Amino acid sequence: MGLKTWALKKSIWLYHANVGACNNCDIEVVDCLTPRYDIERFGMLLAGSPRHADALVVTGICTCQARPRLQELYLQMAKPCVVLCIGACACTGGIFRPCYHFDGPVDKVIREVDPDAIIAYVPGCPPKPEAIISGALKALDAIPC
Amino acid sequence: MNLGLVIPVFAGATTATVLLGLISKWIDRKVTAWIQWRKGPPWYQPLADIIKLLGKETIVPHAAGGTGFLLMPLVGFATVSVAATILWWSNLNPESGFIGDVIVVLYLLTIPAITIILGGSASGNPLAAVGAAREMKLLLAYELPMLLVILAAIFGATTTDSSTGLAASFQLGTIKTAHTVGFAASLGCVIGFLISLMCIQAKLGLVPFDMVEAECEIATGPFIEYSGAPLAIIHLTRVMLLAVMPLFIITIFWGGFSFNSFGMILASLGKYVLVLVVLILVRNTNPRIRIDHALRFFWYILTPLAIVALTLSMAKGF
Ligand code: SF4
Repeated sequence: MGLKTWALKKSIWLYHANVGACNNCDIEVVDCLTPRYDIERFGMLLAGSPRHADALVVTGICTCQARPRLQELYLQMAKPCVVLCIGACACTGGIFRPCYHFDGPVDKVIREVDPDAIIAYVPGCPPKPEAIISGALKALDAIPC
Repeated sequence: MNLGLVIPVFAGATTATVLLGLISKWIDRKVTAWIQWRKGPPWYQPLADIIKLLGKETIVPHAAGGTGFLLMPLVGFATVSVAATILWWSNLNPESGFIGDVIVVLYLLTIPAITIILGGSASGNPLAAVGAAREMKLLLAYELPMLLVILAAIFGATTTDSSTGLAASFQLGTIKTAHTVGFAASLGCVIGFLISLMCIQAKLGLVPFDMVEAECEIATGPFIEYSGAPLAIIHLTRVMLLAVMPLFIITIFWGGFSFNSFGMILASLGKYVLVLVVLILVRNTNPRIRIDHALRFFWYILTPLAIVALTLSMAKGF
């Protein structure tokens, strides 16, 4: 493992994008920052701008309106970066899959702009913060050294 | 100093400042975490952040003026390194500075703020423009009391060194030695020290005065479009500033630092850590204020106080 990969794995900045979640997954993402879970222990921080981020944390089903914006967000990020699909909605569409406004799921939308995107799936409705943290670490392991 | 020494001294001072800054940054994040009842990041965190950013892609947005956008972080880094070099050199050899070096350092420490304004404006992002405008107002706000209290320190130093005249005390080394006797030598300088603490809080963009970045409001403002290596250099510059600004006010008001004896090393470290912890505590116990509040605070409250400090130390001198 080179110095570059080591640094990347020790310092992941997250950008959180809600593309049509019921807000429960967002609460669980914010939970990770609280004293109980404290993801800053692993060097993870919430970034204010997608340009600074290494991981795009996506919650929600990807609605028709959110779709072009999600693609734009992904393109704005500096590579290498990973995508985390948080919750059943982001992974598959979940219970909202048959809805008229569903235009996802998230992985398909992102693969349209970058077929080689590294995507981690964290299922659950909503997933536990522990699951989100472990998902982030697994996604980083998939980055080619 | 002879010319052959310049490069090793420059490299040494820059490295020392970067190391000190990285440690300070870590202390900052760790103390912040403790205050919030968290565990906080490991000691290598600021270093890992910078190495990671160096390894990432550099994006130049379509709307950006590429040259200025990419050049400005470098200019900021260069000026802080030069300022750090002068500061270290005149602390370790108080006799070897040149007359007016305090003014040079002051100028050099203003340039990083200007590069932020220019770089942010060159990025073509409206949020960055808002941030740059705020930085400009903040610069106008804190420079006035800062300059006044530094004048107070200069006059304070003149009293003990009246044989060589006024010009001599425009030198960092002279100011430093004049204040070595006790804390800041006079009441005017004590007030000046407290005022300058608040000014460097704003200069460093720490919390009550972080309206330039305002993460949750304008998404890091001038830095919003930076990524990869330029962002790493911006972070490096800010890390260095976190070391240079406390060292600067310690030099001006508190007898500086030196490594001549074990006691001196401990005292220098103690001074530095104390200033740093005060900055961190203020940052963690205050909300962000609006730019007009900051302007009012610096101009209507701190500036009259700074004038009082200046008058006190002038009255003592003449
Ligand atoms: S996965 Fe469940 S909790 Fe998360 S956004 Fe969808 S419905 Fe809400």
